[in-house]
Amino acid sequence: MRLELVCPAGTLPALRAAVDNGADSVYIGFRGATNARNFPGLNFGESEAAAGVAYAHERGTRVFVALNVYPSPATWELATGTIDRAARLGVDALILADPGLMRYAAEHHPALRLHLSVQSSATNWRAIEFYRERFGIRRAVLPRVLSATQVARLTGRTSVEIEVFGFGSLCVMVEGRCALSSFATGHSPNVQGVCSPAHAVRWEETRAGRQSRLNGVLIDRYAPGEAAGYPTLCKGRFRVHDQVFHALEEPTSLNALGVLPALIASGVKALKVEGRQRSPAYVGQVTRLLRRALDLCAAADLATRASVQSDTTDWEPPAELLRELDALAEGRTHTLGAYHRPWQ
Amino acid sequence: MKLAVGPILYLWDRRVALDFYADLCDAPVDIVYLGEVVCSKRRVLQRGDWTMVAYALEAAGKEVVWSTLALIEAESEVSAMTRIVDTSAGRFEANDMGAVQHAAGRPFVAGPHLNIYNEATLQLMAACGARRWVAPVELPLATIAALGKTRAPGLEIEVFAYGRLPLAFSARCFTARSQNRPKDDCGFICSDYPDGITLYSRDDQPFLTLNGIQTQSAAVQNLSPHVAALRSAGVDILRLSPQSQDFPAVIRAFRDAVDSTGAVAAFPSPALPGGYCDGYLRGEAGIGHAG
Repeated sequence: MRLELVCPAGTLPALRAAVDNGADSVYIGFRGATNARNFPGLNFGESEAAAGVAYAHERGTRVFVALNVYPSPATWELATGTIDRAARLGVDALILADPGLMRYAAEHHPALRLHLSVQSSATNWRAIEFYRERFGIRRAVLPRVLSATQVARLTGRTSVEIEVFGFGSLCVMVEGRCALSSFATGHSPNVQGVCSPAHAVRWEETRAGRQSRLNGVLIDRYAPGEAAGYPTLCKGRFRVHDQVFHALEEPTSLNALGVLPALIASGVKALKVEGRQRSPAYVGQVTRLLRRALDLCAAADLATRASVQSDTTDWEPPAELLRELDALAEGRTHTLGAYHRPWQ
Repeated sequence: MKLAVGPILYLWDRRVALDFYADLCDAPVDIVYLGEVVCSKRRVLQRGDWTMVAYALEAAGKEVVWSTLALIEAESEVSAMTRIVDTSAGRFEANDMGAVQHAAGRPFVAGPHLNIYNEATLQLMAACGARRWVAPVELPLATIAALGKTRAPGLEIEVFAYGRLPLAFSARCFTARSQNRPKDDCGFICSDYPDGITLYSRDDQPFLTLNGIQTQSAAVQNLSPHVAALRSAGVDILRLSPQSQDFPAVIRAFRDAVDSTGAVAAFPSPALPGGYCDGYLRGEAGIGHAG
């Protein structure tokens, strides 16, 4: 079975880069607090979105619109207006998290294909079934918490297409169930579509070294010469008992290439790349490398030899591919994350 | 206004847990949530123990509600959840949409881990059988009030009013990680920490709490100074989350705050590092504290 490659596009140039480098689908968001990458300078206005849809469709690539925040009463009409806009543009699917919005979309645009966002935190077949029974969702994006074995079991229990994360920044917490950012800053992925927002970040040069704060909370401190990363809350160094370490997670990227044949064998439909906040060059390179990995897998017909019940196969992703992806990765290193049980 | 005691979020010793519930029979609370929300491996009490605890609490006039897991992954966890839904006679708290799906219209409490942020979703949950809604912790009181105005008839609103805030869940067990143990061989070391493990910033600010796969605030959210505002926002029930120290005093202070029309009684000073917080109430950073 062929795995669909779903790539991020925060801007029109990034969308073109994804399409040109072999994405089967791209996902975009509109400007404003309607999606989980609500960053300045990012996302699409209506005419850009129309241009993007035209560019992608001319080349056989599908376009999904992510509207994956949970609107409050104050932002409800902005959200439903965004659904109407996406429907008018003729996009191929809408990626939603909020059940109320799903009902709106199902009632007002019954022909529009609905995907369950990772922000919906659906980690078992019954949760997915809830959205299928009520709103006819066609696909669910799984949170980055299941082992490869659990992904396989879940995929076998549902008629809804399953999309999983293949590469990009790693959420350590169950998406849609993390209020760490709002606890520290007042802004969260669920409400404002941001995590550890830039406006709350402060860099300080001190005698102890360079340090980063998030709304006053010290997230990390770096020795002279040590590479300093963006202070995402869950990737900071903290003290637990007498030890200072990355108590939640190191700065690293998810890379699922090691379990690709197992994912394909288990019936997963699509592989998602994180990173709408990334540059067009990054999106182009990552898309090209993952396209190559998927084509290699398909050519070797590895999936038929992979065991559905095991995380391990005789597949070794080509070293040069991993090297090139690591060069693009957060912390310049990668992990299988929860796909690999010992990570948990 | 009613007082509820939330589920024990930590792994307590059986004896400690049994004593805790025996004391609650005589405590001035109206509702007690039982069961495990955080980790399917934990057995605070055995099934027979739970049945006896529920019986004693009901005999003492308390409403008993069975809470269910927030993060349901394995098929065994799905089964554990469906068993509670099937045996609780409509008195269960759903913390995952899988529980709402399995309930198929039977009445339930929509727990704090269901993402209900707007009128349309709250109405949908009410149509699915929700009789009570525990608001997500990051929701400002103004939003809770707005949803309260349009709520379905009879739907009660409950707010997390006291305790370390349940902020996040992960596949990873951070307690095991902090002791270099694999999750699958954790040795139940979380039972050594009856209020979780406090995580400090490198300049010694108590920031978060590690509680197995759950991350909580280090600060205790304490809404006792805001009872009048909560009441006028339409909140019906205040949830107090169990902690190992001073809990009877916390209950008494809340009872006084809820019953008295005048000044709030003196509140016990915080027993845990991190102090008190209440920022979410105003739509600000949850860690903030106005008091």
